[in-house]
Amino acid sequence: MTCRTLSRPGKRDAHARAAAGASQDVDTACQLTRMKLSLSKVVSGCRLGTLTNLGKNGVQTMELPGCLLYTKTGSPPHLTHDTLQAIKGVPAIVQLTLSTLVELHEVLEEYKEGIGKFIGMPESVLYCSLHDPGSPCPPGYNNNKTVSIWGYGGRMEMTASKFMSMQRALQPDWFQCLSDGDTISGETSRKRAKKSVDRSLFFLDECLQLQEKSPELQDSVMVGVIEGGDMLEERLRSARETAKRPVGGFLLDGFQGQAMAKETKLKLMASVTAELPEDKPRLIHGIGKPDEVLECIERGVDVFESSFPYQVTERGCALSFSYDYNPDPEAAVIKQNGIQDAGKNGTEKGINETSKADPEITSFEIFLKEKRYRDDFGPLVHGCTCYCCQNHSRAYVHHLLVTNELLAGVLLMMHNFQHYFSFFHSIRDALRDDRLDQLKKLIFRQAL
Amino acid sequence: MAAPSSRGPALSLRVVAECGLSKARACELRLPHGPVLSPVFMPVGTQGTMKGITARQLEGLGCRICLGNTYHLGMRPGPELIKQANGLHGFMNWQQNLLTDSGGFQMVSLVELSEVTEEGVRFQSPYNGEEILLTPEKSIEIQNTLGSDIMMQLDDVVSSTVTGPRVEEAMYRSIRWLDRCIAANSKPNEQNLFAIIQGGLDPALRTKCLEEMTQRDVPGFAIGGLSGGEAKDHFWRMVTLSTDHLPRGKPRYLMGVGYATDLVVCVALGCDMFDCVFPTRTARFGSALVPWGSLPVKNKQFAKDFRPIDENCDCPTCRRYSRAFLHALVRSETVAMHLLTVHNIAYQLNLMRSIRESIVEQRFPQFVRDFMRTMYGSRERYPPWAVEALASVNITLE
Repeated sequence: MTCRTLSRPGKRDAHARAAAGASQDVDTACQLTRMKLSLSKVVSGCRLGTLTNLGKNGVQTMELPGCLLYTKTGSPPHLTHDTLQAIKGVPAIVQLTLSTLVELHEVLEEYKEGIGKFIGMPESVLYCSLHDPGSPCPPGYNNNKTVSIWGYGGRMEMTASKFMSMQRALQPDWFQCLSDGDTISGETSRKRAKKSVDRSLFFLDECLQLQEKSPELQDSVMVGVIEGGDMLEERLRSARETAKRPVGGFLLDGFQGQAMAKETKLKLMASVTAELPEDKPRLIHGIGKPDEVLECIERGVDVFESSFPYQVTERGCALSFSYDYNPDPEAAVIKQNGIQDAGKNGTEKGINETSKADPEITSFEIFLKEKRYRDDFGPLVHGCTCYCCQNHSRAYVHHLLVTNELLAGVLLMMHNFQHYFSFFHSIRDALRDDRLDQLKKLIFRQAL
Repeated sequence: MAAPSSRGPALSLRVVAECGLSKARACELRLPHGPVLSPVFMPVGTQGTMKGITARQLEGLGCRICLGNTYHLGMRPGPELIKQANGLHGFMNWQQNLLTDSGGFQMVSLVELSEVTEEGVRFQSPYNGEEILLTPEKSIEIQNTLGSDIMMQLDDVVSSTVTGPRVEEAMYRSIRWLDRCIAANSKPNEQNLFAIIQGGLDPALRTKCLEEMTQRDVPGFAIGGLSGGEAKDHFWRMVTLSTDHLPRGKPRYLMGVGYATDLVVCVALGCDMFDCVFPTRTARFGSALVPWGSLPVKNKQFAKDFRPIDENCDCPTCRRYSRAFLHALVRSETVAMHLLTVHNIAYQLNLMRSIRESIVEQRFPQFVRDFMRTMYGSRERYPPWAVEALASVNITLE
């Protein structure tokens, strides 16, 4: 399969080339022109490929389909650098969220050296999204000039100018453009859907202009945001118009939440990606369950975030679903653990059961506070090679949860991240090995 | 090399070096789960976990012995479960040494309705209201199940601010309970039972307790009943009185002491082992320990302070993170607590290591002088009790 490089020069690229001088050296070219998406295969709509030449020194790589490392206030939840290092398969790109960093604007302006160094990740490729995927935004606060984000101190209105000022202080490698995605709570009128597209395009053009004038952001890649609610025409318009701008990738926004019917969601996704250039990555936020991830990949999405394992952690659960589509007969029995345990969730009602599982709990996880784990000395998931499973038992994690100890969150986060990253690894393997159908069957069998 | 100073089935102590002026000494303790160099600070991992840091991180900081609490673990998850897990070492997967206390202190400090009789301590479980009687035998039974390398006797704990006949009663009862604990220890070849010297702030009572307890064949002694709010002037006098009467060849464990100045002074007074929740607790409240005091990282003044907590600290937190970032994290992310916990434990362990090196290299008195100057800045600020205590062992500060 031939590799494809960026073929659509935009205003941004020309400026960058001029700024870089005559030479097209990898070292001096900006990230937008340097970055390359090479597809090795497309199977049933799923794209298998690699994003190369990422980051400020242009040496980082991301496998697609893949996910980002979820952070809050610049740190993976519960994890120090050391405990993060103990996780296998940590993604190359770290996701920061503007909402958890916005209060640091002044601090970062004084710091001057960018968010990567500030958070102790000077070597990582950083992507900054607008909102935290785990926290839905209250509706009704955006207008033609501003988008509201919710920081720890409360609501902040971002104009394009303020937004770009923040990005100048952050200096991320990639960032989601300011966009109006307020179409996910309940019924969105046609008018509102149209507004989300108009506004987002307006913000995109404004921000691109501001980026040209910002020396600190010459090397940063803007991600265009596809809006349009549940209206096909608006979605198509948004995709086509956004694709005309010199963005490095596309975020399919407004598909999170329960408002849109599944069928509509998936059809719109497919329609949108059909309009987008093949050589730029497609991102999505707020969709993280394994079955839903596969559905999105089949419709041309490449990059996901990892807030889902974090949410699992926060409800005292461990991801236990199987993604091993190649089971040998013995291993199959062991792997059944995950499925069996998951199947029993919600049916356990002990007399003294005071710990209730979070209603959001999915069939892909086990709730370790359940009494049955009190004296279960096996690992969280048999065969898992994470730090927690290699060193500790279900009984120990159960004890930590019952006694409200901080270590519970640390160990669960380590396990859940690794399990999730391994899942994406298995997706790529399945695509490579032409076993996608087996993987799908396995995953959907475990979805309730 | 000095010959072994004491050897029991589960503990041997070798005095490696002694300060020529003060009573400070550097020792090597051999325990079932490996050697421990003293003076040593033991972090407290109450419920079978060092709060937010992993066993691997704790080991990586150089910790070779830490504490677990019999009271808490006896309640949750309970000794039967821990037995199934191959003891506390197995349950928390900590392969270094463990010291468990008897449960006595929590009895008095945590539980309101406790009644002490000759039999034991009677109290109500805070989890299910059940009435529980903790006897010396029961405490040792639980600790035998936990499998700690060092166990503490159940003592009749009385607050150091209490005076009158209760103190004497508690002292004598603690001696009787020590004998019952010794008799109840089912694993004397694997687990070391330490006695706890009581007697409050009364020199006569303390001396009596020392006379009696040192006649018992125990591998080590703790100095108890202090560090509970008493005036420092009384505190240090009881510490030094105790070490005067404790055998040279057995470890001296001063319970509940962890503030840097207290550690330095009490090493000078002859103590080898210390424990305290302070460093780990203060970390969770957003404070970092430094040689000149502490930094309340959550305070506004650190918002734009881009230096590490301590430029001379080599811990994982100081190597990578700034005060400003910690300040940003501390409001909302648990990881801030973990980073501060790592630093504070590193601080304590580094302090002890520096103390030990200075004793071995015969420059402990100068170390003390440097320490005090760094911590307090100028002579006028030195706490008078510390000056007096150090002078009593021939260490003069400028």
